[in-house]
Amino acid sequence: MDPNDNKANAEIKMTGGQMEINGISKSFGIGPLHQQVIENCNFTLERGKLTVLIGPSGCGKTTLINLLAGYEAPDSGTITIDGEPIKGPGKDRLVVFQETALFPWMTTIQNVMYGPMVRGDIGKKELEDEAMFLLRKVGLEEFRDKFPTQLSGGMQRRCELVRALINRPKVMLMDEPFRGLDAMTRELMQEYYVRLFEENHLTNLFITSELEEAIFLADRLIILTNRPACARTVMEIDLPRPREFKVLATREYLHYKQHALEILHEEALKSFSSGCRSESADFMEAYSEIKSA
Amino acid sequence: MTNTENTCPSGTSEMHKNEPAGGKISIRNATKLYDPDGANVLALDNCSMEIEAGEFCVIVGPSGCGKTTLLNAIAGFHGITSGQIDIDGKMLCSGARKADPGADRIVVFQNGALFPWYTVLENVTFGPAVQGKMSKEVARKEAEQILAEMGLKGILHNYPSEISSGMRRRVEIARAMMNDPNVLLMDEPYRAMDALTKTIMHKNLLDVYDRSKKTVFFITHDLEEAIFLGTKVYVMTTRPGKIKKVINVDLPRPRDYKILSSDRYLELKLEVIESVHEEAKKAFEAGERELA
Amino acid sequence: MTVTKPIYFMGINLRKLRMSIFSKTTARGIFAIIVTVLIWELCSRNNVPIIGMIPAPTSVVGALAEQLTTKAYWQCWVVSYERVLSGFIVAQIFGIPLGLLMGLSLKFRDLTFPTVEILRPIPPLAWVPISVIFWPTPELSMIFVTFLGAFFTMVLNILGGVKNVDIRYIRSAQSLGSSNMDIFRRIVLPATLPSIFTGMTVGIGITWAVVVAAEMIASRSGLGFLTWKSYVAGDYPVIVIGMISIGIAGYISSAVIRMLGNRLTPWCKTQ
Repeated sequence: MDPNDNKANAEIKMTGGQMEINGISKSFGIGPLHQQVIENCNFTLERGKLTVLIGPSGCGKTTLINLLAGYEAPDSGTITIDGEPIKGPGKDRLVVFQETALFPWMTTIQNVMYGPMVRGDIGKKELEDEAMFLLRKVGLEEFRDKFPTQLSGGMQRRCELVRALINRPKVMLMDEPFRGLDAMTRELMQEYYVRLFEENHLTNLFITSELEEAIFLADRLIILTNRPACARTVMEIDLPRPREFKVLATREYLHYKQHALEILHEEALKSFSSGCRSESADFMEAYSEIKSA
Repeated sequence: MTNTENTCPSGTSEMHKNEPAGGKISIRNATKLYDPDGANVLALDNCSMEIEAGEFCVIVGPSGCGKTTLLNAIAGFHGITSGQIDIDGKMLCSGARKADPGADRIVVFQNGALFPWYTVLENVTFGPAVQGKMSKEVARKEAEQILAEMGLKGILHNYPSEISSGMRRRVEIARAMMNDPNVLLMDEPYRAMDALTKTIMHKNLLDVYDRSKKTVFFITHDLEEAIFLGTKVYVMTTRPGKIKKVINVDLPRPRDYKILSSDRYLELKLEVIESVHEEAKKAFEAGERELA
Repeated sequence: MTVTKPIYFMGINLRKLRMSIFSKTTARGIFAIIVTVLIWELCSRNNVPIIGMIPAPTSVVGALAEQLTTKAYWQCWVVSYERVLSGFIVAQIFGIPLGLLMGLSLKFRDLTFPTVEILRPIPPLAWVPISVIFWPTPELSMIFVTFLGAFFTMVLNILGGVKNVDIRYIRSAQSLGSSNMDIFRRIVLPATLPSIFTGMTVGIGITWAVVVAAEMIASRSGLGFLTWKSYVAGDYPVIVIGMISIGIAGYISSAVIRMLGNRLTPWCKTQ
C-alpha cells in the first residue's frame, strides 16, 4: 500500500461527535395555517455510530435535519454537540442533501477541495493529495476534472459524500441522499457509503423512507411518528459489520424488518384516525391486512 | 400445468367465460439492436424464455439489461431485430414483423398511466368503450364489480389526481382486467411506493392472479417482491441481455406474509440476491467506464 | 391534529384568500403602494423634474370621475373589446386545428413548419402597412394584425402540447384497443387542452398590445386612441386613465380565460 495512503488514512480516522437532542419542538405558520412539525423530540446520536431515522414522508424529517445542522432554531428544547449547545451552521455538522448541491461551475476535484480551501486550513498540495485519496476510495479518480453535469447520479452522490468528508466534520447528516436513484445504483451507493462509514466511524445520521436501506445501514434505527414528529422507537440493529448484501437474506434481518413494519403500521393507523389524508387510506388497509394475517 | 380446464375466469363478463385461458409465451433467440445516432446498442442478445400459460413470471436484472425491451416487444410497442416471440403457438412478432398493441396484452406502467382527464369509471370502462364490445350499462356494472373485488368503493366519479397512488395503481389493474387480457405486462408498477403501500398492492395483485390465473410478466428491482409474487424468477444478465438463471419459486399458493419467515424463502432470497448483485456490479462498472 | 376542510367559492380557497389578505406580506404591499402614490403626488406639486411631469394622482382621480360618466369613454371599451375578440377568436379558429395537425402529422409539419418559422419572428405591428394595403377596410386590416399576434402563439403552444403528450397514455390506449380516431379524441385532445389554454392566455396579452398600438397609429376609436388623443390634446390626466383602463381590460380578459381553462380542465388541480 502506498505509504502516503497510510498517513492519509491515519489522519482521516477522526472521532465523531455525540449529539443530544432534548425536548425540541418546531412549528411553522400562524393562525389557521399553524403546523406543529416536531413536538418534544428526544434522542441521542451516539458517537461513532450510524443512526438511521425513518418515518412516513412529510413527517418532518427534513425539518429535523435543518435543526441539527443549525439552519433553523427550535422553538424550544436544546441541541448539543459534545456537551456544547449549537449556535447555527458549522463545519462540525455537515449535510448531504437530497438533490445534488455540487457547484455546477466547478469540476469534481474543485468541488471536493472547496471547503478546506476557503477556510485555508491546509496547504494546496496537501489538500489536493487528500482529495485524490478520497476520490480514489469512491472510484472517482478518473473523473476529477469532469463537471457535475458530466457525471451520473451515483457519481454525483459519491462526490458529495467526499466533499463533506474532507472537512472532517464531527457529524455527517444525510438527508435521503440516495432518493431518486434507480434501485441498482442505490444499492451500490449504499455499499460505498457503508464502507466509508465503517472505515472512519464518524457519527452519522442518515434519513430515509426506505425500510430495507434503513436496516441495511443502521447501528440504531429510530422510527419517527407522523406529524408532529417525535422519536417513537429506537431499535438497536445488531447485524454484523462489515455489512454485505447477503445480510438481507438472514433471519435476523427479517425479524428487524417485521418489527419495524409493525411499528410503522401503528403510526400510519394513528395518522389516519386523526388526520384523514388520502394516502393514509392505503395505510389503514395495510394495517388491517397485516393484523388478520 | 395446463389451463384448459379453467374456462371460467371469474370476475369478468359472460362473453369471456367459454374461451380457453391462454397466454403461453415462447421467446426464442430474441435479439434487439438499437441504432441511436449510429452507435450500435445491443439491448438483447439471443434471449430465450418459455413462459407457461397462467405463470406469474418475474424478470429481475440490472438497469438497462433489456427487460423493458422484452416487455415492449410482447406488448407491441417496439419490434425485435431477430428471433421470434410466439403467443399460444401463433407468431406474435419476429425480426421481420412487429406486433400490434392489443387488448390481449395489456401493460401497467411504472408511474401509472391512468388518463388524468377521465374519472375512475371512465378510465376503467375505456377499453370496452373504444372496442364497442359492451353496452355502457353492462360495462359500468362490471367495472363496479371489479373495483369492489379490489376493495375500492365509492371512487367511481373521482379523478385520478384525487385518489391515493395505491388506489390509482389498483384502478389501473382493474382497467386492464376489464378487457380479460391473456397476458398482464407490468413494468415495475410498484416502484415508487413505500413498504406499507406495497403490501396492499401485493395482496391485491395476488388476489387477482389467484382468481383469474392470467399470465403475468412482471419486471421489478425489489427482490423480495419478486420471490413473494412469482412462480418463476428470471435473472437477466447485464446488457446485452440474456437469461442468466431461472429460479423456481416452489412456495405454496396462496402466498401470505407468513412465508416470509420460512427457511425456503430465505434460501431463495439469498440465491436471487447473489445472482443479481453479481450482474449489477458488472453493469455498474461498465456504465462508469462508458462515462470516463 | 385536526385538519379543517377548505372552503371553495368559484374555485378560490376562501381561507387561503383570507390568510393572504390579512398577512404581513399584503400589509407591506399596501403600505408600499400608499407611499408611492404619496411621493408621486408630492413630486407633482413641487414640480420635481421628470416625475413631476406625470399628472398627479388627484387630477387623475378627478378626471376619472368625469370620464366614467361619459358615454364616449365606455364606447372606447366596447370598440377595443370588439377588435380584440374578433382577432382572437379567428386566431383560435385557424390556430387550433393547424397546431393539432402539425403536432400529429410529421408530413404536414415538415411542409408547414418552415413557413410558420419564417413568418413568426415578424412582429404583428410590422404587418400594419402591408395589411392596410391589401385589406379593403382599415378595420379588417387591424383585425388581421390582431389575429396574427395570437395565431402564432397558439400554433406554437399547441404543437408543443401535442408533442409532449406522454407516450405511455398513447400506448395504454393502444393496448386497450383504440383506433387512431379514439386516440385523437380521447387522449390527444384532453392531454393538449392545458397547452391550448396556455396559448390563449399568452395570446390574449399579445392581442391587447397589438390592438392598443394599432389604435394609436391608425384609428379613431378605442382605448388606445383615447390615450393617444389625450396626449395630442394635452389632456394629460386622461392619458393615465387610458393606460389604467387598458390594463384593467386586459386583466379581465385574461382572468376569464383562466377561469374557463380551470373549468374545462378539472383534473389539473394542484394538490
